[in-house]
Amino acid sequence: MLIKNLRREHILVANWIKKGSRVLDLGCGDGSFLAALRTEKQVSGYGIEIDPANIEACIRNSVNVLQTNLDNGLHDFENDSFDYVVMSQTIQAINKPYEVIDEMLRIGKEVIVTFPNMGHWKCRLQFLMGKMPVTTHLPNTWYSTPNIHMCTVRDFNNLCGEKNINIKSRTFLDTHHNQVIGMQLLPNLLAEIAIYRLNQPLDSQKSDSSFA
Amino acid sequence: MNTNQAEKSIGIVNSKTLGFDQPLLLDSGVTLESYEICYETYGTLNQDKTNAILICHALSGDHHAAGYYDLKDKKPGWWDNCIGPGKPVDTNKFFVVCPNNLGGCGGSTGPLSHNPLSGRSYGPDFPIVTVRDWVESQARLADKLEIKVWAAVMGGSLGGMQALQWSIDYPKRVYHAIVIAAAPKLSTQNIAFNEISRQAIMADKDFHEGRYTEHNIVPSHGLKLARMIGHVTYLSDGGLHARFGRERLENNARFGFNVEFEIESYLRYQAESFVERFDANTYLLMTRSLDYFDPAQSNNNDLKLTLAQTSAKFLVISFSSDWRFAPSRSQEIVRALTDCEKDVTSSEIKSEFGHDSFLLPIPDYHRLLHAYLGKI
Repeated sequence: MLIKNLRREHILVANWIKKGSRVLDLGCGDGSFLAALRTEKQVSGYGIEIDPANIEACIRNSVNVLQTNLDNGLHDFENDSFDYVVMSQTIQAINKPYEVIDEMLRIGKEVIVTFPNMGHWKCRLQFLMGKMPVTTHLPNTWYSTPNIHMCTVRDFNNLCGEKNINIKSRTFLDTHHNQVIGMQLLPNLLAEIAIYRLNQPLDSQKSDSSFA
Repeated sequence: MNTNQAEKSIGIVNSKTLGFDQPLLLDSGVTLESYEICYETYGTLNQDKTNAILICHALSGDHHAAGYYDLKDKKPGWWDNCIGPGKPVDTNKFFVVCPNNLGGCGGSTGPLSHNPLSGRSYGPDFPIVTVRDWVESQARLADKLEIKVWAAVMGGSLGGMQALQWSIDYPKRVYHAIVIAAAPKLSTQNIAFNEISRQAIMADKDFHEGRYTEHNIVPSHGLKLARMIGHVTYLSDGGLHARFGRERLENNARFGFNVEFEIESYLRYQAESFVERFDANTYLLMTRSLDYFDPAQSNNNDLKLTLAQTSAKFLVISFSSDWRFAPSRSQEIVRALTDCEKDVTSSEIKSEFGHDSFLLPIPDYHRLLHAYLGKI
C-alpha cells in the first residue's frame, strides 16, 4: 500500500506525519493508512478497531491492531506514548467524544482528527426542508446511523476553545475530496470533511502530578 | 471416525517418545536426572526448518492435539478443529509439534512413571514443575528435532502461558507467540478455585497421600469433583443456560438427590470420562504450576520490563464471556507489550462459551488465526 493510493483525506494527513514516528490510529479500518505510512515513512504503532472483519483485514495487511472499544480503551496508554494519535471520521460515532479528545491529547504529542461537517450547505438545505440530512458522505438515515455526535466546523472550533486546545492547522475537503480556495474561506458552508491538527497549548503541559 | 471427519482431519497419527539423559534442574531446586517426552507431529518440516509450530497444551490436555490413533476412535485430538490440512494451523504449510508436558499423564515422565531412585512409581514424589521448566524441556525437544526457531509457539490457557514464557526465556527462538485466553498470572480467585479442586482430591479416602496406584485404586470421587468444579468455571452462566437450561431427564421432581437436571447428568458424564483418562497427582501438579506462574515476579512485578526482553511478534486473543481468564487479563499483557513498543495484535472474540471458547471452532476466532498464521 502506497500513500498516493490512499483516500485524499488520508494523503493530507500522511503529509503531516514525520518519518520514523509512532502513530496510534483510532478506528483504523483495514489498516491501509498505517500500512502505507510504514512502507513510505517507516512509521510504527498500532491501529485500534472494534469490527472483527477489519481486525482480520489489518492482519492481512500486517498491521498491528488492537481490538478495543474507543469509549473505554485508551485509559491505560501512557502519557505522550505516541507522536500522533489519529482519528479519521470516527469521532462522530463514539459515545463520549468530549472525553476521548482529552485522552488523545494525553497519549499523543499531536492529535489529528477528521470529521464530516454537518454545517455543509447540503445538510443545511435538508434541515430547512425539515429533514435530518442524508448525503453521499452521510448516507444513513437518522434511525440507522452509527453517527451519534455530529458537529459542524464551528462547533468543533468552539469545543477547542472551551477545552483550550491549540489548533495547529486545519484543512477542508469537498465531496470529491478536493481542496478549493473558497472552501478554505467558508469551510463551515462548503467543506464536507474537516481535518484538524491539534495539540495542547504550551501553558498547559501534561503532567502526572497535579498542583491544583 | 466417519468419512466426513476423516477428510477434514490430518487422519491417523502416532505419538513418539524421546528420552533425555541430560539432567534438568527444575525451578524447585530438584533435578530430574532423566526423563522422556511424548509428543506428536503433523505436517512436514521444511528444509530450512523454519515452518515449525509448537502447540502447548492446557491443564487437562496432552500431546494428542489432532487426528486419530485408530479408525475406530470416536474423538480426534483436542484441537483437531484448529490443526489440520486447510485449517487455521494448516498442516500443508506448517510442521506442528505438540508435546505432553513433564508431570503429565499422557506419556511424558510424570507421577505415573517409574522412579529409578525409589524403584516404584513417582506418585507424589514427582517434583512440581513450573511453566519455565516446561519451556526448558520443550527447548531441549526442539534441539533434538533440530528446530532452532519456532515460526510460532501457541496455546490456550496454561498453554498460552507457556507461549508467553517461551517469548521471555528464548526471545530468539520464537518468531510469533500466540497467547490465547491466558493471563500474566492467576488471580486470587483462580488460585482459590485451584485450591478447592486440590482439596477435593486430597480429601478423598482413596488418595493415600498420593500413593493410590500402590493401593490399586484411584481417588476418583475427588478427581471427579475437581473436574466438575473446573468445568463449571470454564463455561459461562449464559453458555450453560443456552446448552442445558433447566431441562430435566423427567418432567416431574423426584424429591431426591439423584440426577434430575440435564446439567447434573452432563457434569457427571464429564467427570466419569475425565477419571478414565487423567491422573490425580498430575491434576495437583498442573494446578500448582498455574498458581506459581508469574514471569514478572523476578522483575519487581514489572510486566513491561519482563516483556521488554522479548523479540517475538504477539497475537493475544481473549473471549468475552471468559471469567476465569477474563479479557482484562489479556489486556494486561497487551498493554505491557504496547508500552514497550512490541509488535502485537489483540482481539476479544465475542463468545458465550466462557474459557473453553479457545477449544471451539468459533468462526471469528478461527478466521483470525487463519489470517494471522497465513501471514507467517
